[in-house]
Amino acid sequence: MSNTFDVPAPAGTGEYLQIIGPDGARHPCEDLDVWVSDIDQRKLEDLYIDMACIRRLDHEGTALQRQGELGLWAPLLGQEAAQIGSGRALSDEDFIFPSYREHGVAYCRGVAPQDLLRMWRGAAPSGWDPYEVNMANQQIVIGAQTLHAAGYGMGLKLDGSDAAAITYFGDGATSQGDVSEAMVFAASYQAPVIFFCQNNHWAISEPVARQTAGYIADRAKGFGLATWRVDGNDVLAVMGATRAALEHVRSGNGPAFIEAVTYRMGAHTTADDPTRYRDALELEQWAAKDPLDRVAAHLDSLGADLEELKKRSTQAADELAAGLREAITTMPDPSVDDLFKNVYSHEHSWLDEQRDNYKLYLESFSQDAEVTR
Amino acid sequence: MKTLTFSQALNSGLRAAMEHDHKVVLMGEDIGKLGGVFRITDGLQKDFGAHRVIDTPLAESGIVGTAIGLAFRGYRPVVEIQFDGFVYPAFDQIVSQLAKMHFRSRGKVKLPVTIRIPFGGGIGSPEHHSESPEAYFAHTAGLRVVAPATPQDAYWMLQEAIEDDDPVIFLEPKRRYHQRGEVDTEVAPRTGSLFKANIARQGNDVTLIAYGPLVKTALDAATAAEDEGIDIEVIDLRSIEPVDFETLATSVRKTGRVVITHEASRFAGMGAELAASLTEKCFDHLDHAPVRVTGFDIPYPPSKLEMHHLPDLDRILDGVDQVMRRTRAQLGEEG
Repeated sequence: MSNTFDVPAPAGTGEYLQIIGPDGARHPCEDLDVWVSDIDQRKLEDLYIDMACIRRLDHEGTALQRQGELGLWAPLLGQEAAQIGSGRALSDEDFIFPSYREHGVAYCRGVAPQDLLRMWRGAAPSGWDPYEVNMANQQIVIGAQTLHAAGYGMGLKLDGSDAAAITYFGDGATSQGDVSEAMVFAASYQAPVIFFCQNNHWAISEPVARQTAGYIADRAKGFGLATWRVDGNDVLAVMGATRAALEHVRSGNGPAFIEAVTYRMGAHTTADDPTRYRDALELEQWAAKDPLDRVAAHLDSLGADLEELKKRSTQAADELAAGLREAITTMPDPSVDDLFKNVYSHEHSWLDEQRDNYKLYLESFSQDAEVTR
Repeated sequence: MKTLTFSQALNSGLRAAMEHDHKVVLMGEDIGKLGGVFRITDGLQKDFGAHRVIDTPLAESGIVGTAIGLAFRGYRPVVEIQFDGFVYPAFDQIVSQLAKMHFRSRGKVKLPVTIRIPFGGGIGSPEHHSESPEAYFAHTAGLRVVAPATPQDAYWMLQEAIEDDDPVIFLEPKRRYHQRGEVDTEVAPRTGSLFKANIARQGNDVTLIAYGPLVKTALDAATAAEDEGIDIEVIDLRSIEPVDFETLATSVRKTGRVVITHEASRFAGMGAELAASLTEKCFDHLDHAPVRVTGFDIPYPPSKLEMHHLPDLDRILDGVDQVMRRTRAQLGEEG
């Protein structure tokens, strides 16, 4: 036995459900085909355009950070199928509890460009109104949001609602106690909650083998959750599994777990340098499993006009990018009043006094004050 | 008017809140059939159902985190943490999630969650059953922290905490659970007064500030001091965050002397904040620096030593002597 703490050998990509392979070939998938039988060529093209759009969104996010317009950005590059496949499977009433990388899911919810960027720019603690888009604000503490989803799901059940709660998190988060507790609670109350794990293989610099010696999906089974393990770079497989899981939880069968096996092609955030810990060869291997390329190859095999599709997707992505740039240039800076606003929902004697005193202090620098001094 | 124990008053308060608003749900360990280890929820599951009085898995972070989710959905959860020392596994959910969600969401998400915590010592229990964690929560922006001291206050303050749209840490002085008092259950929740201090006894010589379990001790000390001709004003904070500095400062400007007492450790505790702020506000009126009579800066001791750790009547009076500048020698001469 070795006396070091080397990372154990990775469990490998392992077995997962797949519909469209990396080469674009479609394989029969008994478990999932029935859930995506309505996705014809036209709808698959729409999914391709969605993925192209969020890839562009992500590219713009990184570029805006490099240009100093954003303080930080968490790239989703490589995870387009996982986010679009699941995001497009949800209905508007389903409530989403994301981490901080789900820009693609927010895009599916129609979150406005300004609201997507607000937090990353440092202009506000968050972006959108959760109740307008049925999606909570970004969660930065790893795994904390999974409990909120479990509680929300308990509420849905008490209300007799048909909606579901879904929470997004990564492979690293599965080591957090909160994620285990969330599965315990959701299972205990048979709440309509989907745990959607994007296993992107890296938690900053730590490979997934540091989080688990087996497969993440197997752990969920131990909590009594219905579980799907899918090729997370296959938009159809992800959509099929999400629809199956939604049907499962809506039918009162308790919570479900999806492990979408994907890969974080970019850095953890714009403050990270993955070349320090990651092998270029591994990146190459995953580039060959690209979620967009395989859909394009599949559409090609169906006889689609790829040139026309790429033209359409570029146009949509260009419009989105222009919207993002417009959002940044027109976003107002927060005011000093925002410092003290919304800490509490109503009067707070001590804080109100601090706010008023600071206001007086700032006013003492105004020209009038200079004159009277 | 009824004569109720502190715990019966809390039970009545919960019942009234649940009758008043069907979105109020109770969550916690053993709160259903058992009625909680202190029986605060006794009979409530039977009367309101298992969907409103929810026995939870044994995971405090999970309890608070799912309460947040329920509040997201429009519920008004009241969480019972079984003992003060068991709240720490939920610390992130309370401090980083519950406290900050209103600010994070720019006022869009209100989380009206009440977290009930039996707190303080004096019950002869082993480790983790006698802690006073109030300073952690008072230090956290976004939380309100209150502690009732009488059965009557327990009754209405709990209802008002539940009605408040902000998260409230509701600290229950567990060694007073069996204390009896007159409770007027016709008293409706008094909106707005939850965060006002209560002048529990009027006096002119010393302002003695206490909250929770030590209010009774402070009142006993004031009665004893009366025999020595010292007229103590006892202020029950009721609200630890926000502190009602207006009431405190008015009293300190009158007496010129202030003693603060709590069971929690001294360093960076509530006493430090009160002493500093009252000095800032009342410096020109003070005859003596504020004096703190508190627990020591130690882990909560084994129960055979806890009487040394917990401020009692004599230690409080010793603090009063300090601000009155009465030395032992002088007292000896007088005596």
